[in-house]
Amino acid sequence: MRDRINATARRVPTAFLYIGGAILALWLLFAAVQDSLGPDPVKALEQGLGIWALRFLLASLCITPLMRAGIRLLKFRRALGLLGFAYAALHFATWIALDMGLRWGQIAGDLTKRPYIIVGALGLLLLLPLAATSWNGAIRRLGAAAWNRLHRLAYPAILAGAVHFVMIGKVWTGESLVYLGIAMVLLVLRVPQSRRIPARAT
Amino acid sequence: MPFKSDLGWSDVTPKALFLNRRQLIAGAAAALASPALAETLEPNSLEDITSYNNFYEFGWDKGDPARHAGALTTDPWSIEIGGMVDKPGTYDLADILKGQPIEERIYRFRCVEAWSMVVPWTGFALSGLLNRIGVQPSARYVAFETLLRPEEMPGQRDGSFPWPYVEGLRLDEAMHPLTLLATGLYGEPMPNQNGAPIRLVVPWKYGFKSIKSIVKITLTDRQPPTTWNILQPSEYGFHANVNPEVDHPRWSQASERRIGAGLFGGRVDTLMFNGYADQVASLYAGQDLAVDY
Ligand code: HEM
Repeated sequence: MRDRINATARRVPTAFLYIGGAILALWLLFAAVQDSLGPDPVKALEQGLGIWALRFLLASLCITPLMRAGIRLLKFRRALGLLGFAYAALHFATWIALDMGLRWGQIAGDLTKRPYIIVGALGLLLLLPLAATSWNGAIRRLGAAAWNRLHRLAYPAILAGAVHFVMIGKVWTGESLVYLGIAMVLLVLRVPQSRRIPARAT
Repeated sequence: MPFKSDLGWSDVTPKALFLNRRQLIAGAAAALASPALAETLEPNSLEDITSYNNFYEFGWDKGDPARHAGALTTDPWSIEIGGMVDKPGTYDLADILKGQPIEERIYRFRCVEAWSMVVPWTGFALSGLLNRIGVQPSARYVAFETLLRPEEMPGQRDGSFPWPYVEGLRLDEAMHPLTLLATGLYGEPMPNQNGAPIRLVVPWKYGFKSIKSIVKITLTDRQPPTTWNILQPSEYGFHANVNPEVDHPRWSQASERRIGAGLFGGRVDTLMFNGYADQVASLYAGQDLAVDY
């Protein structure tokens, strides 16, 4: 089973993920423009992009634990992270342009006053340097150790995304708590490893 | 057992009231005597109004009420009216409607979540019913309660919510001519997902005040507990008047998105008292609306 997954993964080009991600986003945008997302296409688009951003990012967090289980999907991690970032950026753009309707005063107010918006913005901000250094040249230039250290920002970024989701509801709904739970488990799986790194360095 | 009348409540809302949209708008313009405001009162489509609902008794998603409310039995229906009234009792719906003039009222509907619709309700003034039941001088508030029937309302099986839903108004708000007991929309009987067979509509307050599927009305001298205020007192007050200057802690109330405006509909400014300031602002003279939110 494990070998079969690894063999298939070796054959599937990462371009499939990018193409799939692009198709999904285009389908969402198209459905929104077509007015087939129900009475409130703005919220549907905003929420669709937000939830897929979180899903891609959580998937990217699964790569390392899976590797420990012998399932090698490392080559997909960058694509998952970049798709998560792209969806989060589109989600943000949808909020600015379609939800807020470019009301800059209200946008500025929300970005400074509303805790759930601030947490979301923090998540997006933390993802920015990661997306910017996601190419091979950046790894060479930074050096693998510094690059690895920088990319640990993914942890707080994804946690911020999940917490942001939980903070939105009028009441706490099961769905957002499930996502937060998954994020917590994936982050806790990192704890022993990140302790091991400095130990090894000495 | 409530007595079952052979006159169903739908008989009381005759089809003749099914006016076309143009007539509805003309009626609204006349009612408001303000052409500028009336212009904005193009009702939402029946589909928008019946597929985008917050009615947590049927689930958290706005599509859940349309999906699950079909199972609700609305006939027979009775309302228990009690407290400081002259004629307490359990009244069958047909009895409640007796003698009340059913009118068309096109109202803006502003949700606390910063979206809005325009709904062509049919119904009658709550004051008509209260006058008939006889409000005693000591009464100062009206408390309302929604049906509790988890067999037909799947959301009520979720124990994290203090069912049944309860709401309340000050007596002067309840007696205001804009305050409606609605029994239908678009000239048709009230769809289940919109609060069949009878619900409150208080157009200058956030939507959650307009309690649905009412089974109990109690006149009291003390401010009654209200569900969202119990759940989140810092976010949802008893008054819940639409007010662009008093933000919800988690979002601004200065503007709203109109359902039905489409992907590029943007936002419009939220109006004080949802555009009904001329009619209701005097109710709150001397009150600090930032405190009494
Ligand atoms: C400046 C940055 C951000 C802003 C302004 C923002 C804003 C919003 C808004 C307005 C909503 C809709 C709330 C509603 O349902 O009414 C939302 C939902 C959501 N956002 Fe964000 N967000 C930001 C960043 C992020 C990031 C970085 C992520 C993920 C990593 C994210 C994930 C989500 C999710 C999962 C939802 C809920 C979707 C659902 O209800 O199904 N957001 N966000």
